[in-house]
Amino acid sequence: MDMIKDQSRRDFIKVSAVAGGGVALGFVLPGRGVADGGGGHASPNAWIKVGSDNSVTIMCARSEMGQDVYTSLAMLVAEELEVDVNKVEVEFAPPAEVYINSMLGGQITGGSTSVRDGWEKMRKAGASARMMMVAAAAKQWGVDAGQCKVAGGVILGPGGKRVTYGMVAAAAATMEPPKDVPLKPVSAFKVVGNARQKRLDTPAKVLGTAAFGIDTRVPGMLYAAVALAPMIGGKVKGYNDARAKKMPGVKSVVQFSRGVAVVADSYWQAKKAKDLLIVDWDGGELADLDMNKVWAGLQAASAQPGATFREKGQDPESVMGSAAKVLEATYTLPFRTHSPMEPMNTFAHVTADKAVIITPTQFQQLIPHVVAGATGLKPEQIDVQTTFLGGGFGRRVEVDYAIDAAEISKLAGNVPVKMVWSREDDMTHDSYGPAGLYSMKGALDAGGKIIAFRFHSTSPSISARLFPSIVKDGLDPFAVEGIDNIPYDVPNMKMTYQMHDTGVTPGYWRAVSHNQNAPSLEGFMDELAAAAGKDPIEFRLMNLQMAEEKHALSGLSAGVTVGPRVQKVLEELKVKANWKGTAAGGGKARGVAVMEGYNTVMGMVVDVAVSADNDVTVERVVAVVDAGPLVHPDQAKAQMESCIIFGQGTALWGEITVKNGGVQQTNFDQLRVVRMNEAPKKLEIHWIAPAANQPPGGLGEPGTPVLTAALVNAVSAAVGKRCRTLPLSQENISAA
Amino acid sequence: MAISFTVNGKQQSVDVSQDTPLLWVLRDTLGLTGTKFGCGKALCGACTVHLNGMAVRSCQTSIGSVGGQKITTIEGLGGKHAVQKAWIAVDVPQCGYCQPGQIMSAAALLASNKNPSDADIDAAMSGNICRCGTYPRIRDAIKAAAKL
Repeated sequence: MDMIKDQSRRDFIKVSAVAGGGVALGFVLPGRGVADGGGGHASPNAWIKVGSDNSVTIMCARSEMGQDVYTSLAMLVAEELEVDVNKVEVEFAPPAEVYINSMLGGQITGGSTSVRDGWEKMRKAGASARMMMVAAAAKQWGVDAGQCKVAGGVILGPGGKRVTYGMVAAAAATMEPPKDVPLKPVSAFKVVGNARQKRLDTPAKVLGTAAFGIDTRVPGMLYAAVALAPMIGGKVKGYNDARAKKMPGVKSVVQFSRGVAVVADSYWQAKKAKDLLIVDWDGGELADLDMNKVWAGLQAASAQPGATFREKGQDPESVMGSAAKVLEATYTLPFRTHSPMEPMNTFAHVTADKAVIITPTQFQQLIPHVVAGATGLKPEQIDVQTTFLGGGFGRRVEVDYAIDAAEISKLAGNVPVKMVWSREDDMTHDSYGPAGLYSMKGALDAGGKIIAFRFHSTSPSISARLFPSIVKDGLDPFAVEGIDNIPYDVPNMKMTYQMHDTGVTPGYWRAVSHNQNAPSLEGFMDELAAAAGKDPIEFRLMNLQMAEEKHALSGLSAGVTVGPRVQKVLEELKVKANWKGTAAGGGKARGVAVMEGYNTVMGMVVDVAVSADNDVTVERVVAVVDAGPLVHPDQAKAQMESCIIFGQGTALWGEITVKNGGVQQTNFDQLRVVRMNEAPKKLEIHWIAPAANQPPGGLGEPGTPVLTAALVNAVSAAVGKRCRTLPLSQENISAA
Repeated sequence: MAISFTVNGKQQSVDVSQDTPLLWVLRDTLGLTGTKFGCGKALCGACTVHLNGMAVRSCQTSIGSVGGQKITTIEGLGGKHAVQKAWIAVDVPQCGYCQPGQIMSAAALLASNKNPSDADIDAAMSGNICRCGTYPRIRDAIKAAAKL
């Protein structure tokens, strides 16, 4: 079993090299055209299939988990391909080098990069295919390609000549792709930016026909339910399956790397038999882990100097003495669960010389490698099919559940099997948004300008676990997002990060470290504003960094302009939210926060009402967003709505705790999430018009940390004391 | 012992243990995968179906308790139902996983209340969790469906 783990680990490292910008893994799949793709279609390139019946299929190389890549990426292709996007088919792409996300170095869906990566790439794919089909038609007619026009998948030539894409696609696929692929100017867009465009996947999702991983049905398929260790990293010491094996429908009981699985004719039979297993667990080193130990460990680690990631001017400590005011604060952030609505699951059929894996994944590229490690097959023998994802939020960047299913299929006798986790399995075997301590010290001059700022964070490194090669000198670039890109002008500044493994598995969670750093920074900015006797927005504006100082590290937006965009957003926010200060009184107040993340700048004003017993109601959210050009405006808005409501529940109640080595929250009765009655009744999203040639910013994530930060400030204003511990639960507000 | 009941207007007979939740009979035995598994404890509403027109959580409804009764699932709503039309018009779904359950809850609400207030919507829909946060659009779509 250790060999399997070692192999998986080697593969993680191999892929890490890719993520770090190294050589991409090789796959044998079309980067070039295919004249006969089977089934009467031809592919001018890897993104487009044209049927002899003129049907057009666009390959979607990112996983659709709600964020709308299924439609947005198709819109980009259709814009230049000159086809009606509402008539195209969309197909999820297999793992292949050509589909690698160049912003992440792997075929990964995450980091709010899908549209950013696809912005030019998808339009060029469409334009290139169109040019090749026009060239094929022109060649047939013996005319110049410049004499041809294209509309709705039909090529028109001089003298009334006319062919459809379907008639020339096979010929086009044999041609050399054009080297120079000019693109339409933004002003000529017809598809991209269409405010009335509907999602292409909505009908299937409304009819109940959209196929998620859990809906996979294959003839002869069996079902697996699993017993996973109640302690993080626990192992099976032994088990008794005497009763389980006697249950109707049970085919086999197998021990796999991290648990015991019951394989049966139906899921319910497997689940009932699984409940009768008696497993003796070895809790390992973390068997007695609890929150006291977690926090004590983080506290102790925070005394370490950490790795310096941003420095300017003098050591901030050396100027504190000459300041008019000095403030110090530490923000404490909890572990958070992804808990997408579709529990983890995978269909696997491993045989002697191949494996079929059908799975809802954000990282299809890694699966052949880890399944190879788990089965002894070669990566090229593993066929990976991506389904719709019932939510992701970063959970499905992990491939653990695909490994489980492959192992179970093999151990149960090479059977086709669908493994389905219970909600309890899912919530207690997540990788968790990391907890951490965020200590800050700031100094103001008599006029309210920040003259020194010291930032020191202590938290687990997610990348050290998943992509160790991108962690250098104790610094994880995905641990400094939302602070390395500080929008404020501070002459004397030092920022450090101290990595600390708490034992709890850390994972990438929607907007990753922006969620810790931005609420801490923006919370502290409100504290400094109060100390300076200034309005929170005015204080931010007067302290903005306007000199185009570039940040180098922050995750996925290094080098983008921050300060001037923040200024514009804050000015607009004052107007849109009719800002007249925090308006605190009677348990109500407003809070503000601003952040750059994923090359999107946004500010929010949140109105809250806090009851006498400290239960928080979010009444209104006003957001102003500078995300550049919007590909699919209505769904850009939907992503903002999603970020806000997802963030609201986690900021108010979303704490994961451990005891006796295991996660204590097991289902939605113990993890409070936002429900219909709790979602803000007023939610307004305003967009900043893009500058000329501004590329799109990411939208799937950055709203979550900004909402969290604004909520911290609104609640603190409402209760008249600073709340520095999240979530903003009744207990934590009372204790503040 | 076989249990007979009606699903989407069609008579069905299944031979499974009496305690099997209706959810798994629909999904695994009958292949109606539109009804989703979310929590297994009636906490999230993803498995909502209609039992004689009432919204119920199929994960907590044993097959033994539905003999002779009428079940409607998302597949049985037909696609032309006012709620489905409104859901498409408003473009409600994101990941879409919880939406069959949301739609079944909304359809049951509108069947008994032609013009639900915000408070009625809160009361009828708060048992259905959406992690993507489509609640504002669900509210809009229910109001739009009420006018269809």
